[in-house]
Formats: sequence, C-alpha cells, structure tokens
Amino acid sequence: MNWLLAAIEPLLFIFISPLLAGWIKWVKCRLQNRRSPSLVQPYRDLAKLFRKTPVVANHASWLFEATPYIVFTSILLAVAIVPSIAAHLPTASIADVIALVGFLALGRFFLILAGMDIGTAFGGMGSSREATIASLAEPAMLMAVFTLAMSANTTNLSSAIDYVQDNGLVLRPSFIFALAGVVLVAIAETGRVPVDNPATHLELTMIHEAMILEYGGRHLALIEWAGQIRLMLFGVLIVNIFFPWGIAESLTLDALAIGLGAMVAKLMVLGLLLAISEMMLAKMRIFRVQDYLGFAYLLSLLGMLSHVILEVG
Amino acid sequence: MNELIDHPLDEQAILFIAALVIFTSFLMLAQKRLTSLVGVFAWQGFLLALATALSAHTQDIPHLYFSAALNLGLKAFLIPWMLIRLIAKFDMHREIEALLYPSITLTAAASLVLFSYYVVLPIEHLSTLATRNTIAVSLGVVLLGMLLMVTRRQAIAQVVGFMAIENGLFFAAVAATSGMPMVVEMGIAFDVLVAAIIFGVFFFHINSSIDSLDVDRLNRLNEMER
Repeated sequence: MNWLLAAIEPLLFIFISPLLAGWIKWVKCRLQNRRSPSLVQPYRDLAKLFRKTPVVANHASWLFEATPYIVFTSILLAVAIVPSIAAHLPTASIADVIALVGFLALGRFFLILAGMDIGTAFGGMGSSREATIASLAEPAMLMAVFTLAMSANTTNLSSAIDYVQDNGLVLRPSFIFALAGVVLVAIAETGRVPVDNPATHLELTMIHEAMILEYGGRHLALIEWAGQIRLMLFGVLIVNIFFPWGIAESLTLDALAIGLGAMVAKLMVLGLLLAISEMMLAKMRIFRVQDYLGFAYLLSLLGMLSHVILEVG
Repeated sequence: MNELIDHPLDEQAILFIAALVIFTSFLMLAQKRLTSLVGVFAWQGFLLALATALSAHTQDIPHLYFSAALNLGLKAFLIPWMLIRLIAKFDMHREIEALLYPSITLTAAASLVLFSYYVVLPIEHLSTLATRNTIAVSLGVVLLGMLLMVTRRQAIAQVVGFMAIENGLFFAAVAATSGMPMVVEMGIAFDVLVAAIIFGVFFFHINSSIDSLDVDRLNRLNEMER
C-alpha cells in the first residue's frame, strides 16, 4: 500500500505540473488584460510535440539523443524524494535533500553538454550562461538547505517537515532568510523573470532556450515537461518545507485528500505571487545575475549565521 | 540549552528584529546610491526603536519606551532627513559610487559577524536576559559600521557608517543590560544629534576646500594637479 502510494504520488505530480505552468500563464495574462490560453494548453503543446518526428542534426552524438531522457529521469527521481501530498512515504527515506540537489545538478549537467554537442553558437552561449548561473545558485541553495538541516537536525525532508510542523508557529529568523534565499534561487533555477524569460526566443538574452534550440519532437517535449516539473518541484519544496500545514502525516484516505487539496491551494497561491512578481519586474541584464545570486547566497548565509548566533546559544 | 522555541513570542520577535538589524547592516554595505544608503539607515533606526519598545514591554521597564521614542524620532526620521537634505544640497542624489570589490566586502562582513560571535561568547554567559544572544549581533553591527567607513570614499557614507556604529552600541545596551540610565541615554542621543549637525558643517568645509566630498582627495598634499 505504502509503496503503491509512493509510485502514484510522483506520477500524479508529473501529470499536474503542466497545469501549474498553465495556471501561472493564465494569471499573468489576466493581470495584463489579455485573453489567456486555456489552462490545459501546456498539455496540448506537449501532446503535439510528442506526435512529431524528432529531427536530429547530422553531427549530433549519442549524448544529444540521450540527454532528454536523462534530464527527465533525473527530475523524476528528484520528485520521488520530495514529499508533496504525504510525508513519510517509503521513497522519502531513500535519499535526503542533498541528493535532491545532486539530481537537479545531474540533469542540468547533461543539458549543458547537449547544448554544446551540436556545435552551434547559441548552444554554447546558452550552456556557458547556464553553467555560470548554476555554479552560483547551487551554493546558495545548499546553504539554505544546511540552515534548515541545522534547525531540524536532519537532512531528510520528511523529518524536517515533521520538525517544522511539531513546533508550530515560531518566529525563526533563520527560516525567513533561508526562505528568501531559496525563493531567489528557485526563480533563477527555473528560468523565470528577472533572470530568464521563458516566453521569448530573443537571441541575446535567452539562457535555457538557447541550449535546447536544436531539439524537436518528443525530445523537446521531454525537456519542456521536465522544465515544468522542475518549476513545480521548487514550488512544492518551498511551500511544504516552510508552510507544511495540511500535508498528510498518516496514509488514510481523508488525510491524503486534505494533503492534495492543501498542496494544490498552496501552489495556486504561490503561482499567483510568482505571476504578480513577474508582472512587476523586468528581466535584468545577464551581468547583473551574479549580483542577484550573490544576494541569494548572502541571505542563506545570514540564515545560517542567525541560526548559530540567535537561536541556539 | 536555550532553544528558540522556549522563548515566548515577543522575545522571539526581538531576536527576529535583531536578525533584521544585521541584515540592514549588510544592505548598507551593498548600497551604491547615497539616498538609498540613508534610507536603509533609517530602516535600521526604525527596527532598533521597535526592538527597544518590545524589550521595554517584555522586561517591564517603562523608561525604555522613552528611549525607543527618542531613537525613533532621531535615527529613523530626523538624522536621515538631515542627511537627505544635505545630499540634495550637494546635488549628489543621482551619484552612484562604484564600490571597490563588493563581493570581498560582503565576505569580510560575514566573517566579521562570525568573529564577533566568537568574541562575545564568554561575555554572553554573564548576562541573564533572554535576549543576551543579540550582543553578538550588536557587536557585529558596530564592526560592519566600521567596515562601511573603511570601504567608502564619500564623506556622507562615512558619517552613515559612524551613526551605524552608534546604533550597534545602543542595541548592545538595550539587549544586554536592559538599557542605560536615562541621563546617559539622553546625553548620547543629543551627542549624536550634535554630531550630525557638526558633520553637516564639516561637509560644507570639505566641499568648499576640495570641491568634492570624496575624502580620498584629502590625501593629496599639494593643491595643484600634477
């Protein structure tokens, strides 16, 4: 029963994730007084891409064709670790949050290689930019994770969620700083507006899109889908660690229904906030991204410092 | 062990504000514009006043309310307003100061905070107040204020650093010993006010003699450009 649930939860997760992307787009269009595409438009796009024959360049090596599958599998494994509807699934004890960061890095590493594999100028440019951002975002993410781990005395996500939930509402400066740091990192990692714009293919500014420019058909579909899952993964990570209330602690049907409802509601609110912030901000210059990520690192570091100085002593 | 969860909510709030105070110190180090620097300084003053009022509430010391009000009036409104007016008068509100090595400065700032934590560790055991953990934060604010003075060339930014040092000392007094005696506190407050006014006069002197507020140019001994 537990294992069945542990298999169903990631599947449900990856099938909901295009809906979140659709929801964010819907809110954004509404806020800009535009007519929005339907909420299920991302599904239609994916279905269209899956039906098309993928075209691969002559010079592509096996790496280019394998990458979409590696990216998708690594994000799927990452999803299995994160408690979304219920805590304490058997998969949660397999790996901890550091492994999660590792899975995300694995997918990104192969995407960077694939970007350079074909040898087009855009691919290399996108890869180098992605590598720059990733190398700055990862320490900030890990620092925030360590802050959490030091408070909860564990790197296991389910136990950390238990810890936050058991203590009730505590004003923790370290958590607030870590939350702010993780939000900034999540925006950079999922390629949302001030760092990258997912809606454009403008040559000089794109980061993620430049790497996958040569992909088509089901390869592109897998990468796009992995991107949507990654967005939802960060969303779930943020809402479930810092606001875990509602997550199913026991595996009864009622608790699971509440857990699903709570997760959807929290993600809808988060999507709303993301859409609003994307409305207000303009994309920043690529050379300012390092300042932005430096700030994220500073926030995470302050979280760690305030934990050591103010919360334990 | 003195865990955070054991504290009541208002003491948690003081600790939280302490974290925000050190955060504003970091923000000040990263500000390029003088007006936003003064703005962050005003926020720090506001947070300090809030922390003081909260500790007046938790420790039930009514005279701290008075010093909170004094602090709010002086450091959150009056001195920032005077500095902003000076900036406008010298026509510097559009000026952007290129920071020398911003990332190294911030790393140095983080290590200074760690350093102050280790320095304060033995002192903390002498105090019995629940908020004694904030002594390290206030020492950190003092050191970051000094770092601000060291890294900046604009005279106004250095004055803001000086005022931030005073903020740190005030915070230490509130957090560690439930506030200084009233007379001392008022004396310091007016000292700071007078200092702000005198600095304003100095700015005019510096500006009239070297035609700039960049204090690096004071290093030059001769008046002629070589």
